[in-house]
Amino acid sequence: MSAKVVLVTGVSRYLGGRLAAQLSADDTVERVIGVDVIPPKTDVGRTEFVRADIRNPIIAKVIASAQVDTVAHMSVIATPFGAGGRTAMKEINVIGTMQLLAACQKAPSVRKLVVKSTTAVYGSSSRDPALFSENMEPRGLPRSGYAKDSVEVEGYVRGLGRRRPDVDVTLLRFANFIGPRIDTPLTRYFSLPVVPRVLGFDPRVQFLHEDDGMEVLRRAVVEDHRGTFNVAGDGVLLLSQAIRRAGRVEVTFPSPAVSLVGSIFRRSGLVDFSPEQVAFLQFGRGVDTTRLREDFGYTPRFNTIESFDDFVVGSGMTRLVDPARADALGAAVMGLVGRGAAAGMGVVGAALSAVSAVRSPANA
Amino acid sequence: MPEARVIPLDGRNDPSSRRRASASADEPIELPVGGDRAGGAPDWERKVAGAMAFLRRRITGEYDVDEFGFDPDLTDNVMLPVLRPLYEKYFRIETRGMENVPSEGGALIVANHSGTIPVDSTMTTVALHDHHPARRHLRMLAADLVFTLPIIAPMARKSGSTLACNEDAERLMRAGELVGVWPEGFKGIGKPFSERYKLQRFGRGGFVSAALRSGVPIIPCSIVGAEEIYPLVGNIPTLARALGVPYIPITPFFPLLGPLGLIPLPSKWIIEFGEPIETDKIGSAGADDPMLVFNLTDQVREVIQQTLYKLLLARRSVFF
Repeated sequence: MSAKVVLVTGVSRYLGGRLAAQLSADDTVERVIGVDVIPPKTDVGRTEFVRADIRNPIIAKVIASAQVDTVAHMSVIATPFGAGGRTAMKEINVIGTMQLLAACQKAPSVRKLVVKSTTAVYGSSSRDPALFSENMEPRGLPRSGYAKDSVEVEGYVRGLGRRRPDVDVTLLRFANFIGPRIDTPLTRYFSLPVVPRVLGFDPRVQFLHEDDGMEVLRRAVVEDHRGTFNVAGDGVLLLSQAIRRAGRVEVTFPSPAVSLVGSIFRRSGLVDFSPEQVAFLQFGRGVDTTRLREDFGYTPRFNTIESFDDFVVGSGMTRLVDPARADALGAAVMGLVGRGAAAGMGVVGAALSAVSAVRSPANA
Repeated sequence: MPEARVIPLDGRNDPSSRRRASASADEPIELPVGGDRAGGAPDWERKVAGAMAFLRRRITGEYDVDEFGFDPDLTDNVMLPVLRPLYEKYFRIETRGMENVPSEGGALIVANHSGTIPVDSTMTTVALHDHHPARRHLRMLAADLVFTLPIIAPMARKSGSTLACNEDAERLMRAGELVGVWPEGFKGIGKPFSERYKLQRFGRGGFVSAALRSGVPIIPCSIVGAEEIYPLVGNIPTLARALGVPYIPITPFFPLLGPLGLIPLPSKWIIEFGEPIETDKIGSAGADDPMLVFNLTDQVREVIQQTLYKLLLARRSVFF
């Protein structure tokens, strides 16, 4: 079933806006309707913007009057910044999703639902398997923030899937987005002048390039891919390694202090260091993307390392630790060693000959 | 010829310095340097260059880590070189039956666990890397506790360990890795010295079902010598409970001698790899047959126990 009329929620946010722009460039899609509380700042093509709050039943009227057949739910937000605090964020995420899904359930025209979720639903703990597959349960349910919201959102989405088996539900669990343009808590984290890290821990992190993420979202809307899929770039980076690749300087804190430092950062509005982010910085997470490659049929063009490097180059951050400088230093040391070796041998040789010269008359 | 008597004493074991010294009798400075350039120094320079390349990779983050967090660059260049003297000079480990370990493809190495601190697993890693013709990396399955400890947790992952759970074990074996498991766990490693070389219960046989599902052979491995490195004569259960660790060891030297008591006793070790127990004929359905799993678990345990007795009888003394 191809998508004719697509409703995109969260169209004024980065990912929602890009999805709407991509869909409006696609001739097979007749209408794209973008919904958000503020008008989009980016170019969204021929998308018709409807100013509506998904927490409000008005969304049902939008769906019914436009005969929407595909809903792309993009407005599950990851940070309290811009949303007006954690309470408002939870409202938008959980109550908004409930209202939207209630409207979808009532609308017979809706045939497909695509939901942006996150791999954060797997939590982050020391007892995690190396890679989570879609059918694995988290070892400890996330208890706060975005991750908890996403767990609840997924619960409501599954509920809709049960009550409306004729609706194709695609649940996309995205790893941390990264790229030259996107702004996330993690890109802000890596852009800090000095990057804080949890003492004695070096988590594995996986990244998804924003372009790959957009392509998966686009295909989920215009093609049919029922099911739940992990979406991440291949491979992992260690956090320390990522910081080194970005040429940043790191500073480590014991884990209780990280929470404290985190709350200072959070209050200053610089970087979101919610408790589940701290757990992530301690234990990390990896997901298995076999289902994405084999069932969904998409292999990300950027692996984790390439995605991260593209972010480092594309975001134009200054590398405090520069590979070129490291090379120069290496060459200098090698030069010193080479000369040092020659000089050293020379000195030893001279010393030995002097010793033998002194000893030989004495012995003779 | 007085020079001939005096000079060779300075560099008896080092041919290059002897050459340099004897040459210096005739031509003081030029020849020695030239002689050394042809002999030892370029090798030495290559080592420095290798170390610099390694440092550059570490500083710029240009190395690969697999999905489990295994860092071959760090393992090969730092961890194994640190452990190697312990393996060769301190415990003087002798390996037997290396031909039983396949050169490629997945396999599960099951070994006895002992020694208060898991030195035996690190030594098995060195054995398989240095003394197996295919220089294989052993991927160890470690206890939950390991991954909660600061500093230890990332070290464990970087050296190839992962959490002992079926998902990880099967993923590794299917990928053709050599997986090591010590099914006695803390019961084995923290048992009193009086019970040395008596195998404890082999968990719930999870390792056998993982091997059955992945269709890889099980290779029993018997380690003799690790029991004596830290003879555990007592435990402080109350403190252990308070700290959330399985045991607080008391050895004849720890905590009596403080940090000095942490030096292991230099026992002589033997690591023997037994004949593989093939599982591919049983098939993955066997993993759901508890009786079969129990029997196989017992079989592996029995092989290791018998090999331990055999090696103990053959051993001349604990330290030589």
